[in-house]
Amino acid sequence: MSVVTIEGLTKRFDGGTTALEGIELAIAEREFVSLIGPSGCGKSTLLRIIGDLIQPTTGTVRVNGKPAAQARADRDYGIVFQDPVLYDWRTVGRNISLPLELARWNRRRRNERVREMLRLVELTGFEGHYPWQLSGGMQQRVSIARALSFDPALLLMDEPFGALDEMTRERLNLELLRIWEASGSTMVFVTHSIAEAVFLSTRVVVMSPRPGQISDVIAVDLPQPRTAAIREHPRFFELVTRVREALHLGSDLDRKLAAPTAAEAQP
Amino acid sequence: MSTAPVAVQAIPRGTLAGRVGRRALDWVPALAVLVLVFVVWQESIAIFHIKKFLAPQPTAIASTFWTNRHELISAGWFTFQEALGGFAIGSGLALVVAMVLARWRGVGRALMPYMIAANAIPIIAFAPIMNAWFDPFSKGSKMAIAAVLCFFPVLVNTLRGLTSVRPQSIELMRSYAAGEVETFRRVRIPTALPFIFTSLKIATVLAMIGAIVGEYFGGAFTALGVLIDSRSTTFQFKEAWAGIGVACAYGIAFYLAVAIVEWLTLRAVPSTGE
Amino acid sequence: MATIAAEHPAGRRRAAAVRSAAQRAGMLVLVLAVLWGLWEGYRWLWIREGWTWPFVVDSTTMPHIHDILRQLFRNPTSGAGGDILLVQLLHAAWFTAKEALVGFALGASFGFLLGVVLSQFRLLQRGLLPYVVASQTVPILAVAPIVVVYLGSLHVAPWFSVAVIASYLTFFPVTINTLRGLQSTDRAALELMRSYAAGRLSVLWKLRIPAALPYIFSALKVSATASIVGAIIGEAPSSIQEGLGGFIVNFNQYYSLNPENLWATNLIAALLGITFFLAIVIAEAIVVRRAPENIA
Repeated sequence: MSVVTIEGLTKRFDGGTTALEGIELAIAEREFVSLIGPSGCGKSTLLRIIGDLIQPTTGTVRVNGKPAAQARADRDYGIVFQDPVLYDWRTVGRNISLPLELARWNRRRRNERVREMLRLVELTGFEGHYPWQLSGGMQQRVSIARALSFDPALLLMDEPFGALDEMTRERLNLELLRIWEASGSTMVFVTHSIAEAVFLSTRVVVMSPRPGQISDVIAVDLPQPRTAAIREHPRFFELVTRVREALHLGSDLDRKLAAPTAAEAQP
Repeated sequence: MSTAPVAVQAIPRGTLAGRVGRRALDWVPALAVLVLVFVVWQESIAIFHIKKFLAPQPTAIASTFWTNRHELISAGWFTFQEALGGFAIGSGLALVVAMVLARWRGVGRALMPYMIAANAIPIIAFAPIMNAWFDPFSKGSKMAIAAVLCFFPVLVNTLRGLTSVRPQSIELMRSYAAGEVETFRRVRIPTALPFIFTSLKIATVLAMIGAIVGEYFGGAFTALGVLIDSRSTTFQFKEAWAGIGVACAYGIAFYLAVAIVEWLTLRAVPSTGE
Repeated sequence: MATIAAEHPAGRRRAAAVRSAAQRAGMLVLVLAVLWGLWEGYRWLWIREGWTWPFVVDSTTMPHIHDILRQLFRNPTSGAGGDILLVQLLHAAWFTAKEALVGFALGASFGFLLGVVLSQFRLLQRGLLPYVVASQTVPILAVAPIVVVYLGSLHVAPWFSVAVIASYLTFFPVTINTLRGLQSTDRAALELMRSYAAGRLSVLWKLRIPAALPYIFSALKVSATASIVGAIIGEAPSSIQEGLGGFIVNFNQYYSLNPENLWATNLIAALLGITFFLAIVIAEAIVVRRAPENIA
């Protein structure tokens, strides 16, 4: 069952930039798909189009079998940004219950769900804290809890761990996988870290810029559930290399890149 | 009316037209409102039999203004000079003190709550005392009130601006072995400029109010505030409203003058960014 | 930038709080002492040297501070009966405060609603905002007599006319800051609301208004003072004797006889202004719970 179906998608901004060109993508239930690519490849734009936060110029986007706009109205997805975007004037608990208030859940149901979510992200006991009392990693976990609070079929994440340090990032990657397993959602994850993309995903979609397009889709056949040890598995390094080469290929196609060394220096 | 620092945002870049409104079309609603208000005012006085002597028709006020225009404009000029003098003295002093307090941060930080509290004092209540100190018929007494009214808002806002520099900018200057004066010139003052101009614009309004209300407690007969007050108490409301119109005109002109200086200055000074 | 909540033993926290309160009290005493010293020092020096610039200094223009304070405990009206000045002034301050409070409440509510409406309808904003700004250049205090006479003809109590004047001075900062605050919402937070398919009203109530509260309170602090000024100055044309404005007009007439009276009145007026301001500061601390501000 396809959760996300994208056909013939193009996005042109006023001013002439073609952010996305001819995108075709199908994401099945319970998949973990990463979108990776250099700046300007349109991965964040693509994510936002799936979430109906930006409208495509041409093409169709269907989420959960409905048009993207309908999916948004029905709250079929949750979204996590790089910035946790927590409201300073609400406690952690009230931040998590925000979408539930908007969906008009009654108080008892809301409180129950908030407690459940806190347990899921392992922040039990922090319900009464304010966002600025928590570390960056904890704030991001609250943001994830909030996104999952209304049990969406789809979770969209835009470089959620980009602002965190490497150690916290690796730990949260494991956390995220556990949450993915427990919640049964489908994940679309934007990142510019190759290691992270390979570690987390079932498929990695490699994108290239100018115009933004999909240059390769790589299936990650590492065993599930992933553990920290996987990062040292030879197959892991093979896949990372494959992704890296796909990225270079994508950027080589772009003649506007100046010197070859610039392409070489790509992560 | 005195003001504590209002949340200040950096002035947006762009041309005057860009700031005032993208197209002249933006002003149409405002003009429409103006015309509407005048028409309603003019007609409803007749329709609702509002006592003409209380709220005279705009046309009546206009003709009264025209008849007395020399007296009104020169009275306005007299009062405006008081406001201008007070503005210059109060703001000038405030800028100097702010720079001193920004240089010796400890003192500045310790005194900040007191300056904010001083800003909360109804200073206009001191107008009668200013009239006792200075000759009430002289411009000086009103300049003093206007100056005191301007002093604290400009001081508080300027100090905030001078001290709201990002620590990295200061560190950068230090890495260039730049002295305090250099740092002031190149970093603190440009950062503070939006704050300073915001407070100066507020100060123009305060200075005018200080001058006019000060005259309320006693002033020369050639002063606008005295004119408005005496016409009001003798129920010559047409003349009083005409006087108020002149006061508004001078006030708006004063405000716009500072706004123009702001635009010219901030165009030339690159934004230090947030 | 956030820090992990750390636990301090309750005792240590209390000791720190007491210490900072003592420091602040000490600072207050120091500042008052310095001001007292500056006043008496200036006075002593100017009288000694006979300087007349910027103004002549004698016991009329600059009474001793202790004379001013002593006057507070004397009866200003000669003859038997009547309270000491301090008590009379406190009654007057209370009277004026009530006018100011009503004006503040009216002005702040109106200002807030106007700000919300203007933020939601761009056309109205473009049509009305210039006049909202221009309204502040009208010296309302000069219009005061007209307002009082007009409202009087509608059988409105004089004190309410004063409250109306106070509300006029109050509404502008609140409108401007409410508008600015509502428009300053973080883009990402708005996107988030969009992802929840939240309606306009929900976004307003749950996001824009709470985010605008710091701006609104900043304006309320300004307005608090403005409403006091409006009340004091508005009392004179209304011939109100019981308020601070009335006292000021009264004592102004007999200034040369008893300068301490006027100074004492101004002192109480200043304290009234500061008290009102502090009340808002406390209200802000309760209502607006944000990250503690780092003032560099």
